Amino acid sequence: MDEAQLKERVGQLLEEHPPETTDRLDFLHARFDAGLAWVHFPEGLGGLGLPRGMQPVVERALYQAGAPDNDPRKIGIGLGMAAPTILAFGTEDQKRRYLRPLWCGEEVWCQLFSEPGAGSDLAGLSSRAVLDGDTWIVNGQKVWTSSAHIADRAILIVRTDPDQPKHAGLSYFVLDMHDPGVEVRPLRQITGEAEFNEVFLTDARIPDSDRLGEVGEGWKVANATLSNERVAIGGGAFPREFGMVMNVAKTWRERPELRTPETHERLLRGWIDTEVARITATRLRQKMAAGVPGPEGSAMKLSFARINQQLSALEVDLLGDDGLRYDSWEMKRPTRVDFFGKDAGYRYLRAKGNSIEGGTSEVLRNVVAERVLGLPTEHRVDKDIPWKDLPR
Amino acid sequence: MTMTSPADVSLLPDDVETDLRASVRKVLDKHAPTDRLNAIYDGADEVTAPLWSAFVELGLPGLLVPESLGGAGASAVEAAAVLEELGRAAAPSPYLTSSVVATTVLLALGDTEILPALASGEQTAALLVGAPVGLPADVLLLPEGDALYAVRGATFRPVSSLDMTRPLADVDLEGAERTLVSADATAAIDRALLTGAGLLAAEQVGVARWALETTIGYLKERRQFGRVVGGFQALKHRLADLYAEVEQADAAARYAAATLATDDADAPIAVAVAAAFCSEVAVHAAEEAIQLHGGLGMTWEHPAHLHLKRAKADALLLGSAEAHRAALAVLVDLPAPTSGD
Ligand SMILES: Cc1cc2nc3c(=O)[nH]c(=O)nc-3n(C[C@H](O)[C@H](O)[C@H](O)COP(=O)(O)OP(=O)(O)OC[C@H]3O[C@@H](n4cnc5c(N)ncnc54)[C@H](O)[C@@H]3O)c2cc1C
Repeated sequence: MDEAQLKERVGQLLEEHPPETTDRLDFLHARFDAGLAWVHFPEGLGGLGLPRGMQPVVERALYQAGAPDNDPRKIGIGLGMAAPTILAFGTEDQKRRYLRPLWCGEEVWCQLFSEPGAGSDLAGLSSRAVLDGDTWIVNGQKVWTSSAHIADRAILIVRTDPDQPKHAGLSYFVLDMHDPGVEVRPLRQITGEAEFNEVFLTDARIPDSDRLGEVGEGWKVANATLSNERVAIGGGAFPREFGMVMNVAKTWRERPELRTPETHERLLRGWIDTEVARITATRLRQKMAAGVPGPEGSAMKLSFARINQQLSALEVDLLGDDGLRYDSWEMKRPTRVDFFGKDAGYRYLRAKGNSIEGGTSEVLRNVVAERVLGLPTEHRVDKDIPWKDLPR
Repeated sequence: MTMTSPADVSLLPDDVETDLRASVRKVLDKHAPTDRLNAIYDGADEVTAPLWSAFVELGLPGLLVPESLGGAGASAVEAAAVLEELGRAAAPSPYLTSSVVATTVLLALGDTEILPALASGEQTAALLVGAPVGLPADVLLLPEGDALYAVRGATFRPVSSLDMTRPLADVDLEGAERTLVSADATAAIDRALLTGAGLLAAEQVGVARWALETTIGYLKERRQFGRVVGGFQALKHRLADLYAEVEQADAAARYAAATLATDDADAPIAVAVAAAFCSEVAVHAAEEAIQLHGGLGMTWEHPAHLHLKRAKADALLLGSAEAHRAALAVLVDLPAPTSGD
């Protein structure tokens, strides 16, 4: 299918389900069924088996027609991480059950990976799952879980065999967050709000049919999730002067009295860095459309984190005394990350997380150095020792 | 003030570009090896003339010139590929000054007198603005007010320069013969400088890529403390950051070349962005290459110094990064503070 045919298909969807008169969820269901949810997914699963780079064609046409979207910022973990993992490792039945409600936003997903003792060293985690008949009984604690308070399901990685070395004893599951064994407690963060949570698992139950991949192969499945997490960040199309630079540029234009030579230099550097990142992301999409996967994905996340932090800091500095005002410290549990609905101080503080969430910048530099540049891997002391014998 | 919107252009190489790049690289491997480049610094130039002859044989001097004037009628994208290879090799060549900048001025002015000789590579020309580079040249393009003159028969006194692969000279116009090319050449000169700055970014990417790849290669071989030094995290992280910079510089330079090739309204913004970004990346990459090669990086034998000198000279050639940022500030309506503010 070429671009013209794809546009035709979008036109047909709009004709049969006019956005003005169609219920939001009905429209999303119809869009999914037409294969226009994520065009690179297979037919029958919301896609058409087209190159990923053709997705913007659909997004643009639907945006212009005023069609409702699936609130991607609210369901980012489901879209960016759960869905590709289910596609790669799920059974036919799992794909049919999970992908449609996930994409349509009827279900919010969260990612139960990190633990108090296992962040960057994720494979060292200690939550346990034990098989009882055809049901797994799960116990342990997860932490920094974004959206857990609104999530219906989770992708979960836990230890199923402590006698194996750490990478070999893990398995990967889909967990129903409404299970009585799941307790979510807000974890207040640097911004004052609680966007992420602690999650306590006490005899939580998961049917074996909700396992993704083989028992003991959870690390392989988790790796698919993690690399998708990084691609998801560089994968979107964004316009010029977008993101953190948008607000600073606006302030600069509206408040000439704040301008100084030093902030001017920082602003121009930030503007250029943002524009170069935009061009690099565009090229990444063109490569994906041409079927050549670019290694830029991980490098892009590094750059975005740095740019966001530098520009959000500049915004506070530029505002001077006004930069000292803060939106509100009242504890809230937001349903989505809102970078732009709040003031400069919020952006400055929240952007600190950009170099931690989804793999720290240090860990990503290791990934780029080892997997893209082919430099030697870090010295591993814990590779062949059973997990239960590792010092903790 | 409204900003232009980004151009919708391809940022991936096509077959024509890939083939061109391969033949240019082959010629450079043959004619511009390190030991010969080093000799330029000691006064013996055995590189520039044979290399230029090989370029002439490939038809490169006329790449941007239409076929009707004896050129190849190619675009800025192909010229960028040539320059990237020149940067990678740190090779001396009048390509940028004559075949890109001077040629673009003359093309914009509709010249048919001088261009055929430039396209065939029989003669070279240089536009006399800023630092006097690309000299000696057969034809000097001399701006005076709004006018542009072609000057022949000038006297050149070579100057010892920081980057001997980009030779400098003092010019004496006494007794030279001048003819008027155009009474109104301002727009043509601006266009040529824009093209020059945009394509120089590609050369800078070439310098940076060479530095990155060479350094990675070395760090995978060099052993100290009983291990390959590229396994030390302090170095891995620096290289990962440098890789990200070079990839982005590459994308920015490609975008600039593509907007120049399609004559897109976004070219001035694209060029300012690429010029400011790429010149700093090239210098940074070359500096990292010296440091991470240790003592070897400080030697005359190792080509790293050639690339550092080229990167530093390129950074000053057609406007500094600071000057390009200042130009951008005007284009995207982010004005500098005024003293009255
Ligand atoms: C806003 C936010 C949202 C998050 N959402 C989720 C979520 O939804 N689900 C989820 O599972 N997790 C989530 N996380 C957790 C996140 O993935 C982890 O915080 C992250 O992987 C780092 O782990 P850590 O916090 O244990 O830090 P540690 O691993 O303890 O790291 C401490 C420091 O050591 C450095 N370090 C560690 N290992 C190395 C190494 N090998 N080389 C060099 N330096 C190293 C780190 O870079 C860091 O600076 C979220 C985090 C944040 C900030």
